[in-house]
Amino acid sequence: MSIDTSKVADTNGTSSSSAAKPTKAGVVANWADERLGLATAMKKNLRKVFPDHWSFMLGEVALWSFVVLLLTGVFLTLWFDPSMAEGEYTGSYDPMRGVEMSQSMKSTLEISFDVRGGLLMRQMHHWAAMIFIASMMVHMMRVYFTGAYRKPREINWVIGCLLLFLGTIEGFTGYSLPDDLLSGTGVRAADGFMKATPVVGSYMSFFLFGGEFPGDSIIPRLYVMHVLLIPGILLGLVAAHMLLLVYHKHTQWPGPGKTEANVVGFPMLPVYAAKAGGFFFIVFGTIALMGGLMTINPIWKYGPYDPTKVTAGSQPDWYMGWPDGLLRIIPGWETELPGGYLISWNVMIPILILPPLMLTVLLLLPFIEAWITGDKREHHLLERPRNRPTQTALMVALMTFYGLSWAAGGNDIIAIKLDLSINQITYFMRAAVFIGPVIAFIIARRWCISLQRHDEGKLLHGYETGVIMRAPDGGYSEKHLPISEAEAYTLTARDRETPWSPEREIDENGVPAPNSRLNSLRAKLSTLMYADNVQKPTAEELDEARHHAEHELALQTAMDGVSADGHQFDGTHPVEGESLRGGH
Amino acid sequence: MRFLNRSAGRLSRHRRKPLAGLVVLLLGLVLTGGLYSLFSPGAQAETSTTSEDVTKGRELFIVGCSFCHGQNGEGVLTDNGTQYGPALTDVGAASVDFQVGTGRMPMAQPGQQAVRKPAVYTEEEIAQLAAYVDSLGTGPAIPDEADYSTEGLSDEERQAAITRGGQIFLTNCTACHNFDAQGGAMPRGGFAPSLRGVEPKYIYEALLTGPQSMPSFSNGNLTPEEKRDVIAYLEETSEMPSYGGVGLGALGPVAEGLFAWVVGIGALVGFAVWIAAHTTRTTRRKDGDIDETGAHA
Repeated sequence: MSIDTSKVADTNGTSSSSAAKPTKAGVVANWADERLGLATAMKKNLRKVFPDHWSFMLGEVALWSFVVLLLTGVFLTLWFDPSMAEGEYTGSYDPMRGVEMSQSMKSTLEISFDVRGGLLMRQMHHWAAMIFIASMMVHMMRVYFTGAYRKPREINWVIGCLLLFLGTIEGFTGYSLPDDLLSGTGVRAADGFMKATPVVGSYMSFFLFGGEFPGDSIIPRLYVMHVLLIPGILLGLVAAHMLLLVYHKHTQWPGPGKTEANVVGFPMLPVYAAKAGGFFFIVFGTIALMGGLMTINPIWKYGPYDPTKVTAGSQPDWYMGWPDGLLRIIPGWETELPGGYLISWNVMIPILILPPLMLTVLLLLPFIEAWITGDKREHHLLERPRNRPTQTALMVALMTFYGLSWAAGGNDIIAIKLDLSINQITYFMRAAVFIGPVIAFIIARRWCISLQRHDEGKLLHGYETGVIMRAPDGGYSEKHLPISEAEAYTLTARDRETPWSPEREIDENGVPAPNSRLNSLRAKLSTLMYADNVQKPTAEELDEARHHAEHELALQTAMDGVSADGHQFDGTHPVEGESLRGGH
Repeated sequence: MRFLNRSAGRLSRHRRKPLAGLVVLLLGLVLTGGLYSLFSPGAQAETSTTSEDVTKGRELFIVGCSFCHGQNGEGVLTDNGTQYGPALTDVGAASVDFQVGTGRMPMAQPGQQAVRKPAVYTEEEIAQLAAYVDSLGTGPAIPDEADYSTEGLSDEERQAAITRGGQIFLTNCTACHNFDAQGGAMPRGGFAPSLRGVEPKYIYEALLTGPQSMPSFSNGNLTPEEKRDVIAYLEETSEMPSYGGVGLGALGPVAEGLFAWVVGIGALVGFAVWIAAHTTRTTRRKDGDIDETGAHA
């Protein structure tokens, strides 16, 4: 026989208990949870911890500028007409009125001059695109310099590289849409690049343009790529990038209490959501200010595209600047094959070979490193750039190559603004793109190792206090004091490295081990990576250093208050009871 | 008629005399020279200058220009055959007015290109120099203000002129001078100068005479009206407000990329540092707590 317990009082109070009236938000949340069952997932993820460091927010700049791109881009689609049909401009910009131009140029002028807020939106969209790709690149460098691409994050590195690549393509398609003089010149250049592909070049070009350049289908096709295809892929990749970030958890800097197995920082709600949300508004505001105050791509000055026209200062947007620079400095090499076929090395090398090669190198970096080190462990603690001298130097060398090529892309502007000869800039750059990265590699690597020595000095001899001591015999020395335990922990929170060497090259029967060539390459690279690095001091060395420091301190304490300035021993004073080393 | 026949007969008697050939040659030269100077463009300028101007111009020329351009403006060649200063025998008054009026001549020092600087000569002296150089041969005259001014056009005609001028400008000028007339680079340290702040007269003269690396746009190439239209477009666009905000030098995507990195990424990284520095860390500590530097609070 069952007892109805619902009527049984469970308090000693005189009135029966009843549930508190739920708040309005609670009612809504409960309604949603009963149907979606999100509470369990949210409970965990709203408390998800993110570590705090300025460099972890660089990727956020990219994310938020992408959001700005989506918002302003939707606004622009409402008025932009991606058609190459010719028509007479009749809008309010006087100097262009009556000029024949394509509908896309016409509608872009209309957005700029006749749509309320249109020019602001156009300029914000363009600035946001520049910042989107720039921040992706800065974020990527942060990830590389700190070793955040190591296991288990290699896939996310690959996704990031693809985002950078696709962002660049997305930027180029957008740059080409207004069909103004500058973008038309860019599309013409792209047509030339395609045609430089051996054998299939002209077919590819005719396929893309629907006939001979410019035709009337390139803008609508680029438009579909720009607003549908690439943004769709970008969104998907961004989602995957973020999901993997949540799944892997964020990396953190080493320090007391921070291990490979935890994440020390602030929870998503309320702290991190507020910070990230606030940062969105800062990014939005910065881009809005730039869009409102700084001219970008003044198409009304360029006028409509016409293959007979060109303007000085015709450059792509910055992210395409480095292949353009290589194109500007490469000698006019070409080979004529029998049958009159021409191989244009001068276009193929800088545009069709080097950029894909650079992307491939970037994609492979984590895997090459993993192969050299043979490291199969997970890494959630970051490395300081100085503690990975060879990798840091490698990225610096790549950046130097990139930077020099990039500068070559602005050779004409450099020439007029710095009063230089464009020819001399070209000759200089031809050599510098090869020599510069090598010099940069050597300097960056030695610099890192010097910084490692400095850290070692801090661990073993303490930090420099800036207090200069004069010894009784006249010598000067700087007083060093031991660093705090927390700092010492942080400095030593890294692995001890040993260059990898193959176990046995040749066995007892004189048979070389399989892959011995590959192994010796791996051994050489591992030696390059590790052999010159300064390893952290051993526990014994640290102990000894501490004892030494205590001894020094004792000696110096003995001197405190003793006026052993040397004048006692000048022959005119009695020296009874005086000693150079205090009471020691 | 009889008189004519008789004179012809008298002349004809001398036709086989030794000096006859010379006389015919002289007559022919005077006739062609006279006709040429009547119809050549330089003829107009000569009407407004006096022989006194030419004499004074020659004095100035001997002092200031002849070292490079030769005592009679015939030019000076260097040993290896290049020009020290080119011949000025057929450059015309417009060329002198442009080169000397904009301070490009006399050059302060040899260089890839003569640069604009404050004029060394007064307007009167420039006119005298121009008169002298013009007297050396042919060449375009200094344009009149009516040639490059849009005064007297109705608003609609003026607007049409500006639009037409813009298209001519974009077709012929932007390749070197940039879409906003800010100038651009030429080979070996040369450059196409900015056209902003250049007086219409000098733009017109530069078009006519093609100074330095510039091609000359003769009246057969760009009619005087078309030249006027280009100048009208340039004037219109320099008076125009900068619609998009600060122009960033109107140098195209290179300047934009620089600002995206320095201002955009610079500011945003600055904000990131600022946000990360202002954390929720509490400042209240209990006794015995150890802070990050390891010191006891």
